[in-house]
This record gives sequence, structure tokens and C-alpha cells, in this order.
Amino acid sequence: MKTQVTVDPLTRIEGHLRVDAMVEDGVVVEAHAGGTLYRGFEQILVGRDPLDAVQLTQRFCGVCPTAHAVASSQCLDNAMGIMPPDNGRTIRNLIQGANYIQSHILHFYHLAALDFVRGPEFPPFIPRYEADYRLPKATSDEIISHYVQALQIRLKAHEMSAVFSGKMPHCASVVPGGVTVTPTVDKVTTFLWRLKELRDFITNVYVPDVLTIAEVYRDYGEIGPGCKNMLSYGAFDLDNEPAVIRRKRFFPMARLQNGKLLSVDPSKITEDVSASWYKSASHLPPASGATLPDPAKPAGYTWLKAPRYDNTVYEVGPLARAAIANASAGNSAHAKLISDSLTQLRMTPDNLNSVMGRHLCRAIETKMVADAMADWVLQIKLEQPVATTFSLPDTAAGYGLWDASRGALGHWISIKNKKIERYQAVVPTTWNASPRDDAGHPGAIEQALIGAPVKDPANPFALARIVRSFDPCIACAIHLLTPSGKLLSQTRVI
Amino acid sequence: MLGGECGVQEREGTVAHHGFTRREFLRWAVAATAATEFNRLFIPKLSAAIEQAVKEYPLIWMQTSACSGCSVSVINTIHPSIKNVILDQILPGYQLYLDYHSTLMAATGKLSTDTALETASKYKGKYIYIVEGAIPTQSDGMYGTLGEENGKPVTMLTWVERLAPDAMAILAVGTCAAYGGVAGAKPNPSGARGIGDVLAALKVSTPVINIPGCPCHPDWFIGTVARVLLYGLPKPKEVDEDGRLKIYYGKTVHNRCINRDYLDEGVFASKFGEPGCLLELGCKGPFTNADCPVRQWNSGVNWCISANAPCLGCTEPGFPDAHSPLYQRR
Repeated sequence: MKTQVTVDPLTRIEGHLRVDAMVEDGVVVEAHAGGTLYRGFEQILVGRDPLDAVQLTQRFCGVCPTAHAVASSQCLDNAMGIMPPDNGRTIRNLIQGANYIQSHILHFYHLAALDFVRGPEFPPFIPRYEADYRLPKATSDEIISHYVQALQIRLKAHEMSAVFSGKMPHCASVVPGGVTVTPTVDKVTTFLWRLKELRDFITNVYVPDVLTIAEVYRDYGEIGPGCKNMLSYGAFDLDNEPAVIRRKRFFPMARLQNGKLLSVDPSKITEDVSASWYKSASHLPPASGATLPDPAKPAGYTWLKAPRYDNTVYEVGPLARAAIANASAGNSAHAKLISDSLTQLRMTPDNLNSVMGRHLCRAIETKMVADAMADWVLQIKLEQPVATTFSLPDTAAGYGLWDASRGALGHWISIKNKKIERYQAVVPTTWNASPRDDAGHPGAIEQALIGAPVKDPANPFALARIVRSFDPCIACAIHLLTPSGKLLSQTRVI
Repeated sequence: MLGGECGVQEREGTVAHHGFTRREFLRWAVAATAATEFNRLFIPKLSAAIEQAVKEYPLIWMQTSACSGCSVSVINTIHPSIKNVILDQILPGYQLYLDYHSTLMAATGKLSTDTALETASKYKGKYIYIVEGAIPTQSDGMYGTLGEENGKPVTMLTWVERLAPDAMAILAVGTCAAYGGVAGAKPNPSGARGIGDVLAALKVSTPVINIPGCPCHPDWFIGTVARVLLYGLPKPKEVDEDGRLKIYYGKTVHNRCINRDYLDEGVFASKFGEPGCLLELGCKGPFTNADCPVRQWNSGVNWCISANAPCLGCTEPGFPDAHSPLYQRR
């Protein structure tokens, strides 16, 4: 007998998401994921001043605005054929790096941890699905005390970002050509001290807590494997090479298909809409993408498009960056941290393709970025320029590819008469939470849900754990969504 | 009744009954964090405080057409700390019960939305309803839904219809909730509107206080809540014509700007990163009511103009459309 399980709203993620799963004999055999809000950013951006895109696209998401600020600025840099000076590049990295830390700590402690750790007995910790809390009481209590500590420590990461961005969320100082902020020695000092506190927390609290939970929930080192194809645009520019595919990045741009490490050709990215509520043509590259909603489209069941690379489903995010580091030649610090953790857990690299693997990769890269920033901040050259001057062309097109904390983020712009003619963003959650494509392949989260154990359909905690391990950001993704949900209810089969 | 005492509410009907009660937890949390000098100093006071009767206020925080930026900003509060706000007391003697907040709450699915309904019926006229985000109104609100009933999605507009009338007060957190904001920017395909407009259309008269900003500053939020808890709803003279408390939004950014000396000397920045008054780069400080120049952001480490970035006017009803192009002089 098949049972349909619906979780709506799926809380403790950014934004509004529902999950529908078909369960047979206690195991998920089919799954659909979809957002439930439409904002229409692409329509809002058309006709505006191109510079405004850097500010407006940050409002996709208050958790990861820095990523949109950088991707959008790089998109305009690319369209205008300019590159920021060293200071501009470094300061953008610091603004983004600090927010990686903020976002990852927030995700683990305040969004995901309550899946594994029983909180105290008052709202917002109750009510909850009451099942499968396995940690000894003393350990559980300790991690809850870290939940409290993390509330305080994550705001220091926001402060670090604001030291150079003006304010957070929604940074003010990131602009095409670089940044506006004047670097001073007191900014460097205050940044370094906050970073020191955060590095202590990450190394001595965050990473050990993830290892503790992973040890106890070993089965979640296998649950939720997903598509196993990995894509990263890379992040944190280390030189000023104009061509993004050749630029040296701290996390490299690469992809992994069937275990093979391959390069990325941005022209191979397309978006399918056959299962989405759009009447515009399917399989278009984002640069010529269109977003014409059709809420009555019979074949549609969701409001996200389905981005694909060379017709293939990819997962993006910390796991993708880690898997790429693991497959790359040379024993990088990133790969070593991963292999050390796996050794400690008596797990293999294949265990990374799982709920616990995603949490582990997220914690490890938090440490990677935090450690690296101690060097980056000292590369700032006082009294040197922070921005390159430019003049806005009448007509131009460009793109910015950059890994947000949640994964591959692309912005595409075309400019006509000095106005935005078209703007498209393909965000990490659109990759991960995408629907079926034209060939009928489910998206990364939909695939990861297949095989998930659901013993009690009234208490489908495994589904929430799998979805949350991807750290979905629906506010980002739903700029592409259209409304309704009417058909979803018609497709219900019990 | 508005803003008055709610009294101590007995909490019941919860799903879980294991582990800590709130007071046990607080006692324990104080001990667990006692390692630092700061906390040691305050343990006696805190311990005494938790023994006293505390006024408790249920809170329903609903994110609608939003980016979560205001939630992320509000948790940056330093005095009180977010630990105080969520786990302890927002003011000594005053506790908020965060019964519904979709990003923070443990519950998910129907269990979560049922909690909001339960709070609304149990604490009629006594709960604070916080709206973060604009309300999509196009096509009967189908552009934004939250949960489903009988196989049909429930629109955010429906949630407002259900939760707004019986609230003690509504706080519109952020510019989207207050005036539509970026969610309601032209051509506003989802028909996103501020809560004040929506309530007027629904003929609901629950008092609304706007706390705009993109995002809302944590101090503006905490201060507005404290105003209501300690002194009741603000008097008309304390609120400006856009529904904001004048103590935070009573003066323009321009009048207290750190770049007034540049303006007086006629030094204007003409390109990004250049020192000078930012008017030629589109600064909207003269048209923007907010205390950013004196309050600053993120524990006071910085603010937009201090980072040489022009004020975008994000606390105003006209943000972003009336302030566009953002980087051109108005």
C-alpha cells in the first residue's frame, strides 16, 4: 500500500517549502519538493538601472545576501569588462567569508540540530515530532548549551562582515568594480579579534559537535545519498584573471560526474520547465531565459525551474566543494581535514553522500574559510584603491558565477539603453530542490529522499533531516516560482 | 487591555514532556555558561529574577513574502541578547513565548501551524502578532501559501485574516511588512502589500506599529516591543504619519550625517570609494527618517555611510521605487 506523506510547511529552513513523498513498505519510493511563494524578482528588475541589481538581488535572501552582492557585482564587472583592484577583491572575499561562517553556524545549530538533539520544554522548542533522540542526556544538554552559545557567536561573524560591508544583512559597500569601504587598521584589528573567537568556536565546539552527532547517528552516514554528481563554481578569488573559468579560487570551479573530475563550461547550463508552471520555452540557457508563468499548465507540479548541466542533475553546496577537493590532485588542506574526520568516524568517502556527510562537509569548510581569512585580511593594503572606475555601456551582457555558502550561484544580465533588459539568477536551491527535467529526471533533493525510512507516516522525521541537510534557501529559489498548489492536491494518491 | 498585563499564563497542551522546563533550563543554562567572568557576576541577579513571577506574552511571528533578513537582523540584538529574548526575558520580569516562528521552531508541517491557531484561540486579545514580509494579494493571495487544509493550500492572506483580528497588537517588522518594500516593487507581480493596507481592506482595526528598515534594526524591534510591554501602545503623538515610533524614525539620516563637514566644504564623492558627501552617488539621507548615524549597525561596528555607501532610504514607504535609480541623485 502506498501512502502519501506531506510536510507543509517544512520549517527550520529559509523560506516556504513543502515536501510530498510516496511511501511504500516504510520506504520513500517517490518524492516531490516545491516552494509556496512567488515574488517575481526577474520582472521587478527589468527596466531598472543595472547598478541597482547589486542591492535588489540581495533581497532574494537575508541569510545569504553577500553571495548575491558578489555574484551580481561580478556579473556587472563581466558585462563592463572590468576587474576590481586587489583590495576590492580581498574585501569582497572577507565580506563573503564572514557570512559563510555566520550561515553555516546558524544552519547547524539553529536549523538542523533540533533534528537530533532534544531541546528544552518551552516554545520554540515545543511542540515537536517526538522520536529518535539518541544522544545521552549529558551530551544532548551540552549541545543545547552550544545552541545558546552559537546564537551569540554567529553575530560576531555578522559583525566581521559589517566591518567591511557597512551593515548586515544586506551589505551596502559591495558595488561593481569593487567595494566602497576605506580599509583602516582599526577595521583589520577588530576583524582579526572577532575571527580569533570564531576560529576557537569552530575548531573546539562546532566541528566536534558534528562529529559527536555523526558517530551516534551512523545510519545517517548512508541515508539521503542523492545524485552524487557535484558542481561548484568555486569561490573566493585569489587573482584578478578576467575569465572566471581560469581565475584561481580558494574553492576551485569544477564538477564531478560519475566520480570523474571535470571542468565547467558555463554554456552547458540550461533550465528545463516542462514540469514547472511556465509557458516559456524549456531548456533555455539562463542568458536567454524567460519566466512567463502559467499556473494552469497541466504538466506542471512545482514552481521551480530545473537547472541542468549538459542535461545532467547536479548537487551543489559544501558536499560538492568537499567532494571536488577530495577528487583533486595533491593533498590539499581541505581534503586532509575531510579524510581525518572520516578516519575518526571509521567511514569512507562514499559516506559523504549522506545527511551526516553534508553536515560534516559544511563544518569542515567553515574551518577552512575561517583559517584562510586570517591571511586574507592581512593582504589588505591601506591607502590603496578599493574600486575600479567604470562607465556604464549602452548595451552589454555578462554573467557572474560564484559559490554561495549553499552552493553554485549564477547571475546573468543583459543591458540595453543603460537599463536592465533581462536578469536571470540560478541559485543553489534551484539546483538542489529542482523538479523533474524534460527527460523526467528528479532533482537532487527529490533523489536524495528516495529510499528514506518512514516507519510512521505521521512522524516523517527522516524526510525533514534529509531536506535540511541541503540547507535549502527557498527565498532565493522562489524568485523563480509561481503560485498555486492546486494541482498538487489533485495528484495526491493514498 | 492593549499593552496591559497578560498575567502569568499556564502553558499546557504541548506534545513533549521530557527534559527541562523553562525555569530549570534557565537555571542550568546560567550554570553552563558560568565559565566567563561576565556571567559569574550576573548569576545571583539572574537566579533571583527567575524565582519571581514573570509576565508572559505569547508571540506569533509569521514570515510572509520575505527574505528572512529581518529575523536574521533581529537575532543580532546585543542588549538584551538574543538568548535573553528567546530563552529568558526580553525585559526583566517580561517573557516572550515564541509560539510560532517557522525558522526557529522545532515543530514542522501541520504541527507547526496548529500551534499558531492554538495560541490565537487560547490567548485571544493577548498575543502579539508579528508580520515579517509583505502580503501577496493578487489572485486571492495564491502567490503565497503556508500549509494546507483539506488538500488546499492556505494563503498568507488567509492567515492574516485569522490571526490579525484577535491580536493585542501587530508589529510590522521590516519595510516589506510595513509598506510592501522590495516584495512590492513595480510591477509588483504578486500584488504584495504592507500589513496596514491589507488590514484596511479587511476592515480589521487591530493596532499596527511599523518597524521598517531593510532589514529592521534589532534595537528598533526590541525598543518597540519594550514600549508596548512596559507602557502599553504608543500615543498618537509618539508615532509619525507612516506609523513608526518617532524615537527611532523622527529625524533624517542627513541631519545627523557624519559627512556634514564634507557637505559644508562642498566635497562630493563622484565615484565609489572616494571620500566626500555621497549625494552625487545617490545618497537618500535627506529623504530618510532613521537614527542610523547615531545608532549604527551590527553592534555599532559600522553603517552604510560610514562604509562610503550611500543611504538607500530603506526605512521609507518609497523604498525601493521612489528611490530608484539608487545610485543617482534624486
